[in-house]
Amino acid sequence: MSDIEQKVRVEIKGVQNALLVTLGEGDWADAERSILARVEAQNSFFKGARMAVDVGERSLRAAELGSFRDHLSDLDVTLWAVLSSTDVTEETARRLGLATRLPGTATRKQKIAPVSTEFSGESGILLRKTMRSGFKVTHPGHITVIGDVNAGAEIIAGGDVVVWGRLRGMVHAGADGNHQAMVCALELTPMQLRIADKIAVPPRRKKGEVLQPEIARIANDQVVAEPWNFKE
Amino acid sequence: MTAKVITITSGKGGVGKTTNAANIAAALALTGDKVVCIDGDIGLRNLDVVLGLENRIVYDLVDVVEGRCRLAQAMIKDKRIPDFFLIPAAQTRDKSAVSPSDMVNLCDQLRPDFDWIVIDCPAGIERGFRNALAPADLVLVITNPEISAVRDADRIIGLVEAEEKGPAKLILNRVSIDMVKRGDMLAADDVVDLLAIELIGIVPEDPNVLVSSNQGVPVVLNEKTKVGKAFRNIALRIKGEQVPFLDLDEKDNFFGRLGKVFRGANH
Repeated sequence: MSDIEQKVRVEIKGVQNALLVTLGEGDWADAERSILARVEAQNSFFKGARMAVDVGERSLRAAELGSFRDHLSDLDVTLWAVLSSTDVTEETARRLGLATRLPGTATRKQKIAPVSTEFSGESGILLRKTMRSGFKVTHPGHITVIGDVNAGAEIIAGGDVVVWGRLRGMVHAGADGNHQAMVCALELTPMQLRIADKIAVPPRRKKGEVLQPEIARIANDQVVAEPWNFKE
Repeated sequence: MTAKVITITSGKGGVGKTTNAANIAAALALTGDKVVCIDGDIGLRNLDVVLGLENRIVYDLVDVVEGRCRLAQAMIKDKRIPDFFLIPAAQTRDKSAVSPSDMVNLCDQLRPDFDWIVIDCPAGIERGFRNALAPADLVLVITNPEISAVRDADRIIGLVEAEEKGPAKLILNRVSIDMVKRGDMLAADDVVDLLAIELIGIVPEDPNVLVSSNQGVPVVLNEKTKVGKAFRNIALRIKGEQVPFLDLDEKDNFFGRLGKVFRGANH
């Protein structure tokens, strides 16, 4: 057991209400074995714990993270967060419903991210999929979705939210207090729409009503939605 | 033979997972394939009752996983349909008695001897769901034409996609054509439009299903019912055949046929 453990260095420290695992050099298969061996060896210590793992630059797919989570749950340990500097792993973790950063800490990626071609102070993410119930995405910049946002999904953006599809879930634009933020969608029928500190519940649409693209923003201290008219 | 594993799930409880699992598995077996069903609902087992095999249980899934019996000892052979088996769940344990890797191992042992392995998933998105999903090759999501069931189906489809087990296929269960006509129920098109996955079956509401479940005879064995036909069609679609969807509007009871005769005579 000890020689497996040495293959990849595993460091464990307590953070807030979880155990943060950081890994040394080595591929994921070895790292996974090392973590599991460590947990197994000190099972009474780990039992019932929430674990956050910093996988560094390793790119992990759903099958790898999913089976790691299942192995941990066999040992009565909950995988709560996966921290990574790669987009692939972050995306996988997000899709599996795992946290991708510890509360109150910025990810390393953001610290070293080079200045991109975007306008300074603004950045955005693009999601090209149907966002289903239970899926939540949070981003400090803008969020664009190409696809539907179904009821039960949540989008929380520091900036604007653009949905090229039907918006039926909960959306919060300008979440850190930006009153200039706006939300637009091809079909704007969210459960609830929030801009900065304003909350609006759109009226129920009649069955069979033909919807057109709309844009919602704050005007006169109220959230208003109006049809998007390209001629103007 | 290399069996394909079909996991039948819904998220919400009471939409007809077990009924669908029993009938689709039986319908596949009726086409001459070799089929084993696994009841994944450890602690709240039902599949044995619906299949009428509860009095023949000696060993169960947990006994196999924990090594108290051989796999073959836990398989109950159905006497009405050839090559149709059930591995029942344990009633006195809970979902944590089995892990996702146990289910993968179990299915790998079964694969060489069967054409289909049908797993009845418990309600919810916790351990039992992950157990049932781990070995799946094909995931069938059952929903009813009501908004709460569709919402949960949407969540489940998202989870199946996240685990890279998708795309799941959809079965719309308990559709009452009269209610759809009156506009009181979501129509199939509405549901498919929202969930955006392939529809593989529409099962009509039929009191025969309840009667059959209570008798422990899968309704698919009843040749005369439309609902039995719907399940047989789903089995054919799973096997890759192109089968048109049933016309649910057509009355198939005696009075309906009688009515047709009279209407025919009048016109």
